[in-house]
Amino acid sequence: MIRHIGAILWKQGKETFKNKEILVQFVMFPALTVIMENAMEIKGLPEHFFANLFAVMYLGMAPLVSMAAVLAEEKEKNTLRVLLMSDVKAMEYFFGAGIYLFGICMLGAGVIGLAGGYRGSELAIFLAVMAVGNLISILAGAAIGTYSRTQMMATGLTVPVMLVFSFLPMLAMFNERIAKAAKYIYTGRMSLLLNSMGNGQELAEGLWVAGLNLLAAVVLFVIVYRRKGLE
Amino acid sequence: MKTILKVSGVKRCFGEKTVLENVTLEVGRGEIFGLLGPSGAGKTTLIKIMTGQLAPTEGIAEVFGNSFAAQKQPFFAAAEGIAEASLKPETAGRGNFQKKIGIMMENCGLYERLSCYDNLKFYAKLQGIPGGKIEEILKKVGLSNAKKTAAANLSKGMRGRLLLARALLAEPELLFLDEPTSGLDPATAAEIHELIQEEQKKGTTIFLTTHNMAEAEKLCHHVALLHEGRIVEYGNPQEICRKHYHQKRLFLHLAGGEDVVLSHDKSSAEKLLVYLKEGKIETIHSAEPNLEHVFMELTGRGLEE
Repeated sequence: MIRHIGAILWKQGKETFKNKEILVQFVMFPALTVIMENAMEIKGLPEHFFANLFAVMYLGMAPLVSMAAVLAEEKEKNTLRVLLMSDVKAMEYFFGAGIYLFGICMLGAGVIGLAGGYRGSELAIFLAVMAVGNLISILAGAAIGTYSRTQMMATGLTVPVMLVFSFLPMLAMFNERIAKAAKYIYTGRMSLLLNSMGNGQELAEGLWVAGLNLLAAVVLFVIVYRRKGLE
Repeated sequence: MKTILKVSGVKRCFGEKTVLENVTLEVGRGEIFGLLGPSGAGKTTLIKIMTGQLAPTEGIAEVFGNSFAAQKQPFFAAAEGIAEASLKPETAGRGNFQKKIGIMMENCGLYERLSCYDNLKFYAKLQGIPGGKIEEILKKVGLSNAKKTAAANLSKGMRGRLLLARALLAEPELLFLDEPTSGLDPATAAEIHELIQEEQKKGTTIFLTTHNMAEAEKLCHHVALLHEGRIVEYGNPQEICRKHYHQKRLFLHLAGGEDVVLSHDKSSAEKLLVYLKEGKIETIHSAEPNLEHVFMELTGRGLEE
């Protein structure tokens, strides 16, 4: 099992750096954060404004899109079939691809956090929030990738889901009704958590919502996996 | 010769459509077995059943003692493909079985962005094969100079070689080759034939599908002719041709340009003797049918159709 997961991690690493479509997902928001935090100085903006904004967009986009794209491509090109014929178990594949993408996304989250001025315990909380969000997004991406037969189908499903998850927190700033709904979606709740760091009440509610979102993502993934498998 | 692959009464349906019907065959250790048939005859479906990618609707396929039969799937079987459910765990482990077989199928993709070397390295890592073996295999299939080339930039012939290299990587006891020379130029096809024969000489059993009868006649010890999912003829290629040797005619091209057809009877023998004595014969051919003729006789259509 360890050997299989290790090999998948190695392959994923080699492939990611040659896949511009995926690579741009990991680089775009950390780069934007670095630029905006250093180039813009707008008086009256809350602390860590750009970092928090881009962090939530990042976790609604990068892990979801990349996991769905990687899986759908493997299915479309029949490489996944070869892996299964090489005695790789479906769960080993999910772990290998998932761990790699989680690691890369956390690296990006680290860059965003540092660029946004988070340090010490604040940075640890920031990364913990990002870790939970990335995990939920990866599971949702895995469900979409498992459901999709082709990359085009995966893109068609990913784009609307990604837009909702990524932009909901930003839209919530402008509309109260959207803000009420966003509280129950993990990206919306992550945004609230990051913006009220250290608030115990917010943290407790956030954990509940994140837990429920995580559970929903797991259930969705298991249903899709059971119905579609990896063929 | 010990039988290592046995297919008994296999039927496979996709919805209403029956793709395979009552297919029965046996493959002995160390032989090259050819499954011949035109496109859509069911060749790839049968390979998928024998390699555990697809479960039969009826019947059973046994490979190295592992049985693949129609069976209801347990809860998580869908994720591993139908066959995981039908591979009886009491006969042997799935991993053990997979180590014994190598599969080269056109639809079994390559990682397009990875180089030839990295494609093989990935499978070597998966199977715990030492890295040194990769160079050896690349040299064997003639891809040493292209080892850094991304799979996406390979020609069709080179892709075929890389797929073959991947199938050979773990030194399997049984090699499944699905149309190994389809669409290749004659020189590349001849090189692949040499590799196949080399593997067979090392003791590897080879099951290949083809619609190229010359390939089958050249390589195979036994063949089965598949037409619309049914085996219409089965046996040694030469014996099959002799069995269908009904015409029994000789074609003579004489000096002066005349063509003469002689049958196998006493008067023809006398004529032939006269032509020989007079030194008139420029060329002489008997009319043994080849597998293509046999297939056409049995089915009314050609293998290339």
